[in-house]
Amino acid sequence: MKRNVAGKVLLLIALSSIASLAAITFFIFKEGLPLIFKVGLVKFLTGREWSPSSGEFGILPMIFSSVWITLGALVIGVPTGISCAVFLAEIIGDKTRKILKPAIELLAGIPSVVYGFIGVVILVPFIRETFGGPGFSLLAGSIILGIMILPTIISISTDSLKAVPNSFREAAISMGATRWQTTIFVTLRAARTGILASVILGMGRAIGETMAVIMVAGNALNIPHSPLDPIRPLTSNIALEMGYATGDHQKALFATGIVLFVFIMILNVTATGVSRLGLKTESLSGGRVK
Amino acid sequence: MKFPRRNPVTTQRLADTYFSIMAVLVLFILLFILGFILVKGLPVLNSKFIFGLPREMGEAGGIFPTIVGTFLLPLVALVFAVPLGVGTAIYLTEYTRENRLTAIIRFGAECLAGIPSIIFGLFGFVLFVVVLKMGWSLLSGGLTLAVMILPTIIRTSEESIKAVPRHYREVAFSLGANKWQGITRVVLPSALPGIFTGVMLALGRSIGETAAVIFTAGSSLKMPASILDSVRTMSVHFYILAREGISLKNAYGTAALLVIIILVINTIAYYTMHKFLEKTHG
Amino acid sequence: MQNKQNGGMSSRGSPESWVRTRRVLCRSCVDFTWRAVCAAKETTKRYLMGFRYPKFPVLALFTALICLSLSSCGRNHAGKIILAGSTSVQPFAELWADAYTAKHPGVKITVQGGGSSSGIESALTGTSDIGTSSRELKPEEEFGAGEKVKLQKVPVAFDGIAVIVNVKSPLTNISKEQLRELFSGHTNRIDNRPLTVVTREEGSGTRTSFQESVMRLPDSKTTERISNSALVQDSNGAIREIVAEDPNAIGYISLGLVDKRVKTLSIDNIPPTVATVKNEKYKIVRRFLFVLKNRNNPLSEDFIKFCLSPEGQNLIAKKGLIKINDTQ
Repeated sequence: MKRNVAGKVLLLIALSSIASLAAITFFIFKEGLPLIFKVGLVKFLTGREWSPSSGEFGILPMIFSSVWITLGALVIGVPTGISCAVFLAEIIGDKTRKILKPAIELLAGIPSVVYGFIGVVILVPFIRETFGGPGFSLLAGSIILGIMILPTIISISTDSLKAVPNSFREAAISMGATRWQTTIFVTLRAARTGILASVILGMGRAIGETMAVIMVAGNALNIPHSPLDPIRPLTSNIALEMGYATGDHQKALFATGIVLFVFIMILNVTATGVSRLGLKTESLSGGRVK
Repeated sequence: MKFPRRNPVTTQRLADTYFSIMAVLVLFILLFILGFILVKGLPVLNSKFIFGLPREMGEAGGIFPTIVGTFLLPLVALVFAVPLGVGTAIYLTEYTRENRLTAIIRFGAECLAGIPSIIFGLFGFVLFVVVLKMGWSLLSGGLTLAVMILPTIIRTSEESIKAVPRHYREVAFSLGANKWQGITRVVLPSALPGIFTGVMLALGRSIGETAAVIFTAGSSLKMPASILDSVRTMSVHFYILAREGISLKNAYGTAALLVIIILVINTIAYYTMHKFLEKTHG
Repeated sequence: MQNKQNGGMSSRGSPESWVRTRRVLCRSCVDFTWRAVCAAKETTKRYLMGFRYPKFPVLALFTALICLSLSSCGRNHAGKIILAGSTSVQPFAELWADAYTAKHPGVKITVQGGGSSSGIESALTGTSDIGTSSRELKPEEEFGAGEKVKLQKVPVAFDGIAVIVNVKSPLTNISKEQLRELFSGHTNRIDNRPLTVVTREEGSGTRTSFQESVMRLPDSKTTERISNSALVQDSNGAIREIVAEDPNAIGYISLGLVDKRVKTLSIDNIPPTVATVKNEKYKIVRRFLFVLKNRNNPLSEDFIKFCLSPEGQNLIAKKGLIKINDTQ
């Protein structure tokens, strides 16, 4: 009897996570959907003018900005991160890794406003003086975001690489491959689902980052034509105008939140799907015990 | 002209060098950021700064109310998130098998983990500040943060509880305990270090949180006298000082203190996780 | 607990069985909570004993939290004012708040930012006692949506909007037409120098006032829009920072916030100073407003009286604002 009571209570508690998710989804949609219908979904997504005071709510430039800054962050973060993960997993020994890996993960704890501030103080003037333009730009945002997602990518990729059984490496070497050939052609391939998951996770973090981006990206409303153009991604738009918006303007910001939310949900589902798919293909190809 | 075949040893060395350079680059960047803040900020830290009250909107004086806010806000969040999170973890591991319901609960937690903090800020603002009329307060901010850290706590608690060896529970049952007693007296205490780690990690994340906090806890510089008072956390204070150019010196000091606190918390978390892993797997 | 086995399962709908069920449920809840509390106590005790870590800070924090929550019960609600709204008004509202609380120690005044629009709305919804705004109310804001509430506005100061450039810039004067051309994006050079335009975000009171004064075309029916390629920052201070660092930047901020790190431009040869705002030669001016749902709160009224008093007005005049009674 007691166990049932406790069990039911715990079930209620466990549903809290679903309840919170549902609550968030409900509120965001409740506030934002009416505006999307009012303006028209297509017009909202493809409109080029964001001018709430004249009732124009087109978020295309911001969608472009979000996409470009995320791509930029990935270009900067993924190769560096994976290479560093290879270094941590394959090249150095266990003892050194025990120090370095936690060190990198510790650095993941630095707040995003600090990254943003350093971007403003060091990166932006550098870009302005070397490449011209205002300095606040897509380039600055991508670099800062790329640095911010490094710990995520490194940490998970290292774990995935470590998880590849040694028999794989030994088999490759026994066939005459050098160490780096083993790494690239065998180990990396074997760990690819984990690495892909880390990249998707990093991408999610990049899309959702707000504070650092507001500080360095310039927040101009144009579609970026060059990496030196200032940009305003979806997150920045919400944060910038949230405090000031009323009525339709505020609802439009919630609508922007809906678009962001949907993007990220799609990413999440893809990530879970990819890792499950990876498991399936691995079990299909020879029953590797996971 | 025929090129000589690439010497595999050289390419091996090239590959090694490339990977090493990348790693060094990463370490250098991250250490540089840390070092920059500490070098510029540590000189500013003295007892007057840490314990004093701010004057002129933070241009002079100390940052004590923000330190208080930085600790109280996650504390309120933990008060809500830990029972919910640990309870969920207990349910998922002890009370059910893997079925549709658990899959849904896990999916919910995964999705929550991926939502950007600005959306939590939006949500917290609409629900807690306006609709529930809590205003900009510790309570609104704490509840919002609680929802944000819930997935982390669920995940780490679940793993810790799963890591407790099965025979612990069997021994408890053989001594006559029922399921609930088995959980609270045997499993939970053994899993406690792991749960503690998760709590510390969540704490570390929420201390650095800015976007969600600004919209829900406000930015008042006064000492909070009740849970319905607005507070300013150190990360918000740093953001405001730095952007408005009110005082770069104090901004660096705030950032340095904040980073040190986060590093300490994360180190404690890793240390306990290490010991816990050794205990259960050793 | 034995009652639980058969209690409440007998005749449904009869009042005694309902009372019995309730009693049983209550007892089991109490029992459950008691056991939970005991378990928690024991776990904490074991935890505290088994872990060598400083207990005092944690216990102290816990006690602090509990004291805080408890103290909110005994809080005197009458002694609290919440202001929220424009970031331009915020530093000056803080000044007033500090001066007022120095005279009336029992009162607690909190000043939040959030922006003019948010301030006006918070006054309507009651989230704040006084909303602050750095622009005039829009017609749809005068009346609470759907309610028959007319927002009361109290002008408390005048503020000029100064156009600023970097101290290294050779510019000293600009005409209104040139300013308009620049900010609307038709040109990005003045005297053959490229300029980076920085503006506030949509919905900012400062930006709205700037648009009204500067971007309005001479035939006065239409206002040009500020260019999409302008950099946007969400506070005056942030704009001041950017202009201070970038030799090519040009922006606008509240006159009260101008300091040595930036240089102001004269508009049509009229410099932005307190004097020129007072005699209305400098035209880019806006009012700071306090917005209230009604005038019935005696504490808010007392505070407003202080802000409008000579002492209060002198306080902000020293910081670069213009007293509300100084211009006609």
